[in-house]
Amino acid sequence: MKPFAYEAPESVAAAVALLAGSGQRARPLAGGTDLLPQLRQGRWDLDFVVDIKRIAELTRIAFDAGTGLTVGSAVTCAEFCENPDVQALYPGLVDAASVIGGAAIQGRATLGGNLCDAAPSGDSIAAMIVHGAEVIVAGPDGRRTLPVAEFCTAPGATVLALGELVVALRVPSPQPHTGARYLRFIPRGEMDIAVVGAGAWVALSASQQQITAARIALSAVAPTPLFVETAGTYLVGKAPTEAVFAEAAALAQEAASPIDDMRGTVAQRRHLVGVLVTRALRGAIERASGPVNTGVAGKGV
Amino acid sequence: MAGKTLVSATINGEVVEFLCEPQQSLLACLREILGLTGAKEGCNDGNCGACSVLLDGRLVNSCMVLGVEIEGHEVTTVEGLANWDGLHPLQASFIAQDALQCGYCTPGMLIASKALLDRNPNPTDEEIRTWLAGNLCRCTGYDKIVRAVHAAAEQMNG
Amino acid sequence: MSADADKISKRDLSVVGSSPSRVDAADKVVGRALFGTDASLPGMLVGKVLRSPHAHALILSIDTSRAEALPGVYAVVTAADLPLLAVEGEDAIGEQQFRDRVLAGDKVLFEGHPVAAVAARTQALAEEALQLIDVAYEVLPAVVDVLEAMAPDAPILHPDLRTQSLAGQGETPTNVAMHFQQLRGDPEAGFAEADVVVEREFRTQMVHQGYIEPHASTAVWTQSGDLTVYATTQGTFAVRDHITRLLQLPMSKVRIVPMEVGGAFGGKNTSFVDGVAALLARKARRPVKVVMSRYETFVGTGPSSGTVIRVKMGATTEGRITAVQAELFYEAGAYSGSPVGSGAHIMFAPYDIANGQIDGYDVVVNKPKADSYRAPGATPPNFAAEQVVNELAEKLGIDPLEFRLLNSVREGTETIGGTVHHDIGAIEVLEAAKAHPHYSAPVGGPNHGRGVAHAFWGNWGARSSVTISVNPDGTVALVTGSVDITGTRTSLAMQAADVLGLALSHIKASVGDTDSIGYSDVSAGSRTTVATGYAAVQAAHEVIDKMRARLATVWDVDVASIVYEGDTFRASDDAEKQMSFAELAALLPQTGNTVIGVANVDVQDWGSSFGTHIVDVAVDPESGKVTLLRYTAVQDVGKAINPVQVEGQLQGGATQGIGWALYEGYDYDANGQMRNPTLLDYKLPTMMDVPPIDTVLVEVPYPNHPYGARGVGETPIIPPPAAIAEAIARATGARVCELPMTPARILEAMGVI
Repeated sequence: MKPFAYEAPESVAAAVALLAGSGQRARPLAGGTDLLPQLRQGRWDLDFVVDIKRIAELTRIAFDAGTGLTVGSAVTCAEFCENPDVQALYPGLVDAASVIGGAAIQGRATLGGNLCDAAPSGDSIAAMIVHGAEVIVAGPDGRRTLPVAEFCTAPGATVLALGELVVALRVPSPQPHTGARYLRFIPRGEMDIAVVGAGAWVALSASQQQITAARIALSAVAPTPLFVETAGTYLVGKAPTEAVFAEAAALAQEAASPIDDMRGTVAQRRHLVGVLVTRALRGAIERASGPVNTGVAGKGV
Repeated sequence: MAGKTLVSATINGEVVEFLCEPQQSLLACLREILGLTGAKEGCNDGNCGACSVLLDGRLVNSCMVLGVEIEGHEVTTVEGLANWDGLHPLQASFIAQDALQCGYCTPGMLIASKALLDRNPNPTDEEIRTWLAGNLCRCTGYDKIVRAVHAAAEQMNG
Repeated sequence: MSADADKISKRDLSVVGSSPSRVDAADKVVGRALFGTDASLPGMLVGKVLRSPHAHALILSIDTSRAEALPGVYAVVTAADLPLLAVEGEDAIGEQQFRDRVLAGDKVLFEGHPVAAVAARTQALAEEALQLIDVAYEVLPAVVDVLEAMAPDAPILHPDLRTQSLAGQGETPTNVAMHFQQLRGDPEAGFAEADVVVEREFRTQMVHQGYIEPHASTAVWTQSGDLTVYATTQGTFAVRDHITRLLQLPMSKVRIVPMEVGGAFGGKNTSFVDGVAALLARKARRPVKVVMSRYETFVGTGPSSGTVIRVKMGATTEGRITAVQAELFYEAGAYSGSPVGSGAHIMFAPYDIANGQIDGYDVVVNKPKADSYRAPGATPPNFAAEQVVNELAEKLGIDPLEFRLLNSVREGTETIGGTVHHDIGAIEVLEAAKAHPHYSAPVGGPNHGRGVAHAFWGNWGARSSVTISVNPDGTVALVTGSVDITGTRTSLAMQAADVLGLALSHIKASVGDTDSIGYSDVSAGSRTTVATGYAAVQAAHEVIDKMRARLATVWDVDVASIVYEGDTFRASDDAEKQMSFAELAALLPQTGNTVIGVANVDVQDWGSSFGTHIVDVAVDPESGKVTLLRYTAVQDVGKAINPVQVEGQLQGGATQGIGWALYEGYDYDANGQMRNPTLLDYKLPTMMDVPPIDTVLVEVPYPNHPYGARGVGETPIIPPPAAIAEAIARATGARVCELPMTPARILEAMGVI
């Protein structure tokens, strides 16, 4: 790696000041599992990195019924998945956070970093989108909040302006009769980047015979993780049947714009969108129908 | 060009100080500055696990950590598993079950296995294979490694 | 050799056949073992290689001045730093190619081709120095497909290359380095006789051995021009040959010290960075260590050929194969010499076939030069031929193992290529597979399938050296020139132990450097346990014979009257006279100095090892994802010197075959750039991708080894792709003819996408 300097501020304000004065020649360092390989590949030419792990606020994860789940941007995937509130209330997010790399990667990688890396295949991003999550950003002009669905703008690019730093992700408190599931397809058992990923979140009526709200999002089939509004809108008012899932899946297939690359072909990806959206919906409905889940759900397809 | 940073950390139970450049990975610091060549480089991008160490008890790839990041933290490498009284049960078990051939992945595999047994003293086959999926081995076909982890777990659970 | 077999069979085997731990295991589990990447010398510099980003280009100029001017850079080398070419004429072309592969001369022929190298104080400085080397390239069109490379309008890699064939040497520039043909009987008539004929085309990609430790070399010169290189290699003498040829040095000036090797599998027979390390160290006047990155390992070493293979096979309704025909098109990479010959050698070779024709083509393409990978050249044609065998069996309604038994080779059967099988365990292995509970277990529900495949690989003999020195306390030091890549220090010591009558713990086995032991060929070709084992046994016998002679002088008797039983020397005509090995060892220093047994052998005889694999899979019909449910590897090992280690060879080889079958392959774009030179996208099987692997060690003793051992390491990589392909075909109804059998290819074969 080309040499750079190392800063480790202990407050958000200090981190923001460092980034704001960097002339785009600094980046935050959380888990480093994306940044270090990218530095080695020469993707960034930096004067310094800003280690955000000494900022207490960013390493905290807390739940309360009012505001929901607040995940500091430096919280690792492993800490996230081990959190009892997360396991009990957000299994759909555990689905995603527990498949980023393997155990060693999860020991270091953060959800904040996964979001800021803004890869089209970012597993946690699609999962956050279907949960209606928001991202809290701090910058020279103060803090702002925006939906995760609006955060990524292109492969590797976000709405962050110079000096801005993601402070936390906020996920609404789960309501009764809601459930979410995230699945992705990879060729091996683990360690691979998603060929396709699909997240589904549903709310059921009290009778559980009708879907009252739904969100579908896809990974790796568009320039950014893709919120499929059409599929979610279609599902409202429908009964949770296989035919309905199939129609939603078809709408998702239409919305996707997959490419051919070394990890998958257009035809394969479009086909997998259909398969995974169907399976994600089945899983979300199951979670919405049962008692609120405890324990970590199974991964993968 | 950045100069060197003085880092103070606890490595295998011992407080050490060393000088490194900020862009040097923890892996490079261990191997080239601290004389701890147990952790190996296989890919330098987090995909093989040969560099696995414990950082504050957590399994990480040391190629994905900068040396400067461990200031004030604790690192355990394979050299810290055994003491002069004898081998860690995992190490003894790997030998007994022939869970290594060339031995290059073995330090990382041992550290990752220890991290597993620290949190899950009685893992199933599936749990072992899932947890160790980030540790590639090209020689053994993994079969004897899984047996060795089970055997060590049995011994450690008394 | 069989005289030794007699001697051995009269002794009880107490060590051979047991499974003691590897002698090198303890240091490895504590992280103390030193691999090539761990070498460290005072004042050592970091060496790094500049490689071509282009697959095919002329080098117009190289300007190293900016790199040389960077403070902290001690040396920069290019081909200009090599000594003047010392040969002429025809030999000069070969010699120039040899040098071009170390540091390119006028032309680069693959992405990753070394162009220059630097030695600097730190990694960061070395990387910066590489950026400061200015190379002007004229980029040429590249060709990366074997059939495209054979087309008349293909870009030509070597203007002076002409096709070698039975008809002599070709006359036009070409990328086809060689065409050979094997012919037996009358294939046309044979096909006419057949009731069913299957004909298919198969394709495989270039794959890498995937050793986790990259190539590394640490070189240091003395003031008087003696070079020492600490190498990670399968053959220290091969490295010495490479460096002495490259630098035009006498062999006495070069010493190669073997470090522990972190995986090799054939990929470390060739020296890739030792020459550059030596050049840099001489110019820098400091020790230099060169370690490849993973990217360099993919593009700058010797992966295994991608292939196109066409197979046609005919059989009668009774299940007799009447004729076979095959065309093998192998990518040699940038320089000729793919393993197409050995691929043809083993293809169809488990079967007794009267009529057959095999045409093989060695074709250069703009990729790294193909090198050995565990049974070089064998896995792709086995993937092809065994699938066709299975398909024929299915069409004829004959059990696939029964079909193979019906056609199996036996003692004296001649293959299409003219090899005569002798002392083989082909039928025993097939019978063992057929009798195995796996084979008769019910196959799971829909989307499940079972497949089998069968293969053989021959062992190389070649040259090995062993010395055994007796210490005064009765322990011995066994030194071999054979680098230990599979556990051979242990298995050699075990073989010597039973001749010497000593416990394994009394034998210290080590691999010597090139100054301290006799010439030994690379540890490859499944030869070490067999050929070096033979040397170890011979050296051990010499120790016993020399000690008997010494005891004869001590006792003042005829040496013929002294026998050695267990660990005790006895006078055959006097029950009172006996002395243990340790007691006699203690007398050696004062009765004429120590005793050393020496064996420098060149084993000519080839043995072979047959293997049959059985695999059960489940295929997700919506995604094409394959899950391996159960795997059994059956193999004839002759005599398992250390059964647990032999199991490990079968399991490891099978796992590489599984990777080859389902996950691995070099992915090139049209410009000859590799898209996936990382362990993220070149997908080695993880622990989650491989089921437990059951092994069955069949023992049909090989008569020309003292204990009956065969070399076993290579055979297990051959059957997995064909066995898995068959299982997938049975699970889905769709046959996949291209490796790797990715989920996308499976869905395509099923007609789902």
